[in-house]
Amino acid sequence: MVWQWLHRWGSPRWFYEKTGPWVAWLGLIALVLLVWGLVWSLGYAPIEHKQGQSYRIIFIHVPAAFMGQGVYLLMAFCGAVGLIWRVKVCFMMTKAAAPYGAALTFLALVTGAIWGKPTWGTWWEWDARITFMLILLFLYIGIIALQAALPSRDTADKACALLALIGSVNIPLIKNSVEWWYTLHQPATIKIIGKSAMHESMLYPLLLMIFAFWILTAFALLLTTRVEILRREFRTRWVQDLLAAEREEGKS
Amino acid sequence: MKLQFDSLNSFIHMNGHGLYVWLAYGIAFVVLTLVLVAPAFQKRALQRQAKRVRQLQQDLARENYPSPQD
Repeated sequence: MVWQWLHRWGSPRWFYEKTGPWVAWLGLIALVLLVWGLVWSLGYAPIEHKQGQSYRIIFIHVPAAFMGQGVYLLMAFCGAVGLIWRVKVCFMMTKAAAPYGAALTFLALVTGAIWGKPTWGTWWEWDARITFMLILLFLYIGIIALQAALPSRDTADKACALLALIGSVNIPLIKNSVEWWYTLHQPATIKIIGKSAMHESMLYPLLLMIFAFWILTAFALLLTTRVEILRREFRTRWVQDLLAAEREEGKS
Repeated sequence: MKLQFDSLNSFIHMNGHGLYVWLAYGIAFVVLTLVLVAPAFQKRALQRQAKRVRQLQQDLARENYPSPQD
């Protein structure tokens, strides 16, 4: 049962055709959620008394940081599934997710730096969590570079999957860094168990933005993975037919 | 729940933190747009490449492909 399911979804063609109708829906839902979340967090969330208006950066900083780590875990998971069961689509996903994950991690670092300047008076500090986030960015860049540098696609896929798996040790370090080596970065505002440190009027728009970023991530990964499928299966009949058909549609 | 700003000016100014807030949101907007638009361009490139391949195959089939000495 599971094997059959995995086998079917592991086929690039099946994956491409089945996910086709999802793309537009995910994009639309992501857009609506983002607009709603942005209006709420920029316009309606109350002012923070210690940090002033600059705290509004949290509404993109935290979702970007969450997803930057989430995409990495997904890459490691796909890498493992690809290595164990030789599922082609998993390797394609690992490759396609790396640039998007790198972009989110970069955003988390940059928005954090911009937030840090008016709040703590510094753009950068070698604080534990910030440093581990920087390492996460380097891991992403490493995986992108490794994928591009190895001439054999098979070797590149396996090497990247392995690097993604080894690098995932970084994720619990990021998560626990604010408790183990507390220096500059403030402790987590949202707690899954127990009461969050944030007032509900700020917490709800933040949760909405995190949810919006989840959907946005699903949308982005679908887009990039689908293009990667077309690129790798370029020589096959179905991709040639599909590209020809869509080209004609685009013209008329 | 009410709107926190009484004018467009105060919204842009953000009590003196406007530069930081809008810089952060602006960079996020640009980076995310680039990442989301890139796949469309990559697909377009693949379509062009497929078209070239088809053209070449048709030319070869008709045997009117220019020979190297021409």
